[in-house]
Amino acid sequence: MHLQLDRVSKVFGEGRSSKLVLEDISFEILPGEFVALVGSSGSGKSTVMRLVAGLERPSAGAVLVDGRPVRGAGSDRGMVFQKYSLYPWLTAAENVAFGMQLQGRGRPEIRERTAYFLEVVGLAGSASLYPRQLSGGMQQRVAIARALAAEPQLLLLDEPFGALDLQIRESMQEFLYQLWQRTGLAALLITHDLEEAMLLAQRLHILAPRPGRIVRTISLASERSDLAHLRVSPQFLELREDLARTLRSLDGALGA
Amino acid sequence: MSARSQPRLLRALLHPWSLGVAGVLAVVIVWTLVSASGTVDKLFLPSPAAVWAAGQQQAAEGLLWSDIRASVSRVGAGFALSALVALPLGIAMGANRVICRLLEPLLALIRYMPAPAFIPLLIIYFGLGELPKVLLIFIGTLFFNTLMIMDAVKFVPSELVETALTLGGRRDQVLVRVITPCIIPQVIDAYRINMASAWNLVIVAELVAASEGLGKRISLAQRFLRTDEIFLGLIVIGLIGLLIDLSFRLLLRRTCTWAV
Repeated sequence: MHLQLDRVSKVFGEGRSSKLVLEDISFEILPGEFVALVGSSGSGKSTVMRLVAGLERPSAGAVLVDGRPVRGAGSDRGMVFQKYSLYPWLTAAENVAFGMQLQGRGRPEIRERTAYFLEVVGLAGSASLYPRQLSGGMQQRVAIARALAAEPQLLLLDEPFGALDLQIRESMQEFLYQLWQRTGLAALLITHDLEEAMLLAQRLHILAPRPGRIVRTISLASERSDLAHLRVSPQFLELREDLARTLRSLDGALGA
Repeated sequence: MSARSQPRLLRALLHPWSLGVAGVLAVVIVWTLVSASGTVDKLFLPSPAAVWAAGQQQAAEGLLWSDIRASVSRVGAGFALSALVALPLGIAMGANRVICRLLEPLLALIRYMPAPAFIPLLIIYFGLGELPKVLLIFIGTLFFNTLMIMDAVKFVPSELVETALTLGGRRDQVLVRVITPCIIPQVIDAYRINMASAWNLVIVAELVAASEGLGKRISLAQRFLRTDEIFLGLIVIGLIGLLIDLSFRLLLRRTCTWAV
């Protein structure tokens, strides 16, 4: 799938109380690409995600999938929310099967794919557990399995690990990176965690807040066989500090 | 007291129900003592034994059972009707902004009209049979049921709905497969709470016009100054209400293990 955002703006509210949330956002994601949006709160990054998912409509500009404007949500763009998105009345396996049932797939196929994707996220043994019996990291892996099972061409990740402990977050990042390499999916990651974005994405856009706009775009080296090693490599740390300065200056300009 | 029986006694005392039972027992004991002391006229405060005797007599005559049957079936019919209408109506109002804006002010207005005030009108329309009583319970609980179900729908986390949409779900699938299962615990709870007003209303309706029923028995007892029968009626009404409440709680715990 080829995703394009062409000079997208978003205004919430009407008249005097209206608020410009996004201004002139343009970027694209080619098939198989991993792109990250980084910004502090107020940068409208979640709104970008919702526009791409089709849960919101742009006020100006266009969101295009393979050249056609997005008219609503669809299973070609699977979404993983920050938290609380598993159906608490369904088991892990039933959650994974849920999207495929909505799509009207056959029962044998659903059973087979459910087992497969639970295996992929390493939760084959927890198939019959309910969400409240799973840890936060396990819940997010079920949510990712559910999104993948519906066969999206673009995976939308809205701060997927934001609610997790640091240690679990790091292992989830490794997991996500390997998953992306294995499946060749296109992915859009929204995060306020610079390191996370730099580890996972091939291209990174930094958003400035109020109104949200892209102020800097960085292409990242594609060679990263070992994330743990990459985290502490000098070039990585240097670039991280550089980008962190950019982010700080954006927040500082706001405070002044 | 042996060493082994002590923890068991302690455990019994620590059971969540033990305080509640103690409270009820305390009232019964005070009641017994006061009525035995003779400080209050027996006409105003019959002894527990007298109430028990009245109960035995009514049970033997079959009156107690026919009264219970009459009242319970009125509540059952009226409330079932109300529950059946409120569920789709509440879901529609919670899920659709146009329907909500159209109906919410109307319902909010009618909700503040006391249901017993409808009795004269219902009697004029439908006479003195079962229908006006069933309809009174229907009217008296429909709006509360509907508004509580509507609220439950509005509080369904948006992530759950939006996840279904991004998985390729249509609006009707979201309604049936996300919103409905999600609100079931609150629906059961709403029914449990509003059942209490259904139970109030049936007694009111029977006080006004009925040939049998627990409320009717109480108003007859008043005419003959039979306070023991009034007490009996009140206690039976309370016990049945408690039983209904507990069954709803049990139903909730059995069907919605994920929510309790």
